[in-house]
Amino acid sequence: MGGIAVAEPVRASGRTQAAGAWWNDRRFRAILYQVLFLAAVIAFGWLLVSNTIENLRARGLKSGFDFLESRSGIPISDSVIPWSDNDTFGRAYLVGILNTIRVGVLGIIFATILGTLIGIARLSPNWLIAKLASGYVEAIRNVPLLLQLILIYSFVRTALPEQLDPLVIGGGFYLSKSGLLFPLLNLLPEHYVTAGVLLASIVATVLYNLWAKQRHYRTGVSPPRLAPSLALLILPAVIVFVVLGAPASFDVATKERFRFVGGGAVAPEFLTILTGLVIYTAAFIAEIVRSGILAVSHGQTEAASALGLPRGKILRLVLLPQALRVIIPPMTSQYLNLVKNSSLATVVGYPEVVAIEQITMNQTSRALECILLIMIVYLTISLSISFAMNVYNKRLALKER
Amino acid sequence: MAVPGSASEVMVGPPASQVGFLGWMRRNLFSNIWNTLLTVACLYLLVMLVPPAFDWLILKAVWSEAPPETCRAAEGACWAFIREKHRVILFGRYPFDEHWRPLLGICILLTMVMVSCFRRFWRPWIALIWVGGLFGFFALMWGGDIAVNYRTVAVLAGIAVLGVSFSRRAIASNLRSLFLGIAALLLILGIGGGSVLRGLDSLLGFVGAGPIFAGLDGVLFSIPLGLSYVPTSLWGGLPLTLLLSIVGIVVAFPVAILLALGRRSNMPLIRTVCIAYIELIRGVPLISLLFVASFLLPLFLPRGVEINDLARAQVAIILFSAAYLAEVIRGGLQAIPRGQFEAADALGLGYWQKMGKIVLPQAITIVIPPIVNTFIGLFKDTSLVSIVSLTDLLLATKDIAIADVNWRSFYAEGYIFVALIYFVFCFFMSKYSQYLETQFETGRRRRR
Repeated sequence: MGGIAVAEPVRASGRTQAAGAWWNDRRFRAILYQVLFLAAVIAFGWLLVSNTIENLRARGLKSGFDFLESRSGIPISDSVIPWSDNDTFGRAYLVGILNTIRVGVLGIIFATILGTLIGIARLSPNWLIAKLASGYVEAIRNVPLLLQLILIYSFVRTALPEQLDPLVIGGGFYLSKSGLLFPLLNLLPEHYVTAGVLLASIVATVLYNLWAKQRHYRTGVSPPRLAPSLALLILPAVIVFVVLGAPASFDVATKERFRFVGGGAVAPEFLTILTGLVIYTAAFIAEIVRSGILAVSHGQTEAASALGLPRGKILRLVLLPQALRVIIPPMTSQYLNLVKNSSLATVVGYPEVVAIEQITMNQTSRALECILLIMIVYLTISLSISFAMNVYNKRLALKER
Repeated sequence: MAVPGSASEVMVGPPASQVGFLGWMRRNLFSNIWNTLLTVACLYLLVMLVPPAFDWLILKAVWSEAPPETCRAAEGACWAFIREKHRVILFGRYPFDEHWRPLLGICILLTMVMVSCFRRFWRPWIALIWVGGLFGFFALMWGGDIAVNYRTVAVLAGIAVLGVSFSRRAIASNLRSLFLGIAALLLILGIGGGSVLRGLDSLLGFVGAGPIFAGLDGVLFSIPLGLSYVPTSLWGGLPLTLLLSIVGIVVAFPVAILLALGRRSNMPLIRTVCIAYIELIRGVPLISLLFVASFLLPLFLPRGVEINDLARAQVAIILFSAAYLAEVIRGGLQAIPRGQFEAADALGLGYWQKMGKIVLPQAITIVIPPIVNTFIGLFKDTSLVSIVSLTDLLLATKDIAIADVNWRSFYAEGYIFVALIYFVFCFFMSKYSQYLETQFETGRRRRR
């Protein structure tokens, strides 16, 4: 019977004695199979490489990454860093990466908030809100994201009012076919001072909490943590800001004859992809949050209150840590999915890395290199998110002795 | 007059506000101030949204066949657009007069899937239904003449040998690997085709024999089907979506099992390669794999070997779903108690016997619900092939139906219709998966 032999050495030696022959030895077979497997993998890889080289030569295509240095001429409207047509393909790649990261980070934050709210709403004792939340989850989860994106984009491009006659949301926010306008804070020296104070108080808060934890472990007396932390965090910055005269002026978008001037602007493409990703991913996060909360058995709550813990402490010390342990692994994969799904932005024309490399591919016909560049970005992001979440997960994991 | 403590007083029921509809409302909608506020807010939202949506969707909509002008005059949705274009949405660019063929094809595929949903049909012979059903589907969709050449013969013979080698009684177990090897060779020959023949001939060239195998190339005979030939470039709509997802998961399944076993293998080399493959595929978006398939696959193949767009996308989807399925199956393998492995070892079973007879049947049963969920994801993900210009359900709607200048403004109706199709499929599959979960809940497993 041919088969991959896997067993501990102990059992393997027992087998050898019984069967007698050296070719029946499991260790020998394991090495043989691996050598054969490696040979097959190498042969396959060599076949691919040689075919590719031959095909490239036959079609007269060049290869290499030298095109990254040359002028691109791609018109990119939405960029985090300054961009002009004269910049190189390499800089376009960077613009794409930054745009991917931007939509990924914002998407993760908003989807987590919305998803958690909906997940809690599904468990609400209020019948109406629970049904509404579960209707949302079912409707969104069962329709492809790409379809939702195309629908949202068509809606933004046709149903929203024209740029000069926008939907007034209030507080300086305007929504129109050409995106969302919002007020910007005019940065003054006082703001930098306040930000510096805030930074210092964050450090102080962290230090205080470390000290409190130490003291709790040493003496068993737990110093109050929440109230001093909040005070330490907020008060200094507020006091400094008020003492400085609380100067705040906003750059609000104002209508001139042919366009709006001033304020910050969000492109409709970015608005579409962000909305689509948040709505879609929130439905999945809601399910994860719900199952995480359900996973903590009711006995835990009862046991905690039997010990005399107050409600806040039950939630913080008993329920949340256990629920988080269930929630975090699937949440990680949802975050990864969100980042990977941001590649669909290419259909609505948001210039993230796939869209940029697709244009580069058309202009330079270096398909191999461009696809490699795309994959490197996503692999790096995926591996770093899962690494960070693994570290966090290890800290939360059950300490088994 | 009731005497205190007598039966008539004890039997008084709870007050009317605690039972029946009123009581239910009190408990579920207005139990405290916070809940009452929430209920009122939700009701307000519903009142704002539902009546206008109902008006637009149903009451003021154009349901009868009508020209676009009528729709533009109406205030509601234009279902006349769907009446006009539903065949294009469902079947894409497939020749209009032949639409009965993809329709029948859909029926075949759906019947196969539905039959496979019943547990009593989970027997080895269901594979025969699948082979026959897929053959019927392709014959219908392609039409033309079925050209029987050495490749057809090799594939059919390969499948037959594969079937024989898995049937328990027909063959002594020590011959099974031989049969598996023969089946693999036949399948490689059938799928590889001309390049395998040329390779064999060049091997013969080394020993001085003349080219023999090249003579095999050519049509032996052909069976006319009486249907006109439709190339895969014209396939589209729902049959394409179903084909990509169903074939995607079915072909990926054995690959996924091997990958999952490889990932749990004790052999470091095999384990490393499997982990690298799975993590690589899961780390990149499907769209980049579709790019690889449509732009790079032609470069990877030997010169002269052509592969059509549909097959390229299919390859990408198979490679993609294999990695995800492998992780699902690995979850099942990890859930099998160690005692099962040890018991199999104690019985003196070899690796493949242990896995095939003891471990995998249990592991796969546990993970069938998540496999169905993976399939739902895959079904939705096939919409991405529209980015590499395959006319699936989504692209048929977007580029053929809505692209019609007369109907362009009715995009919402078109997308809602397609969304409904996707929804119906995914919703029923997810309900099926939940049903299976309760079926397999045998009490010994802990609720996750």
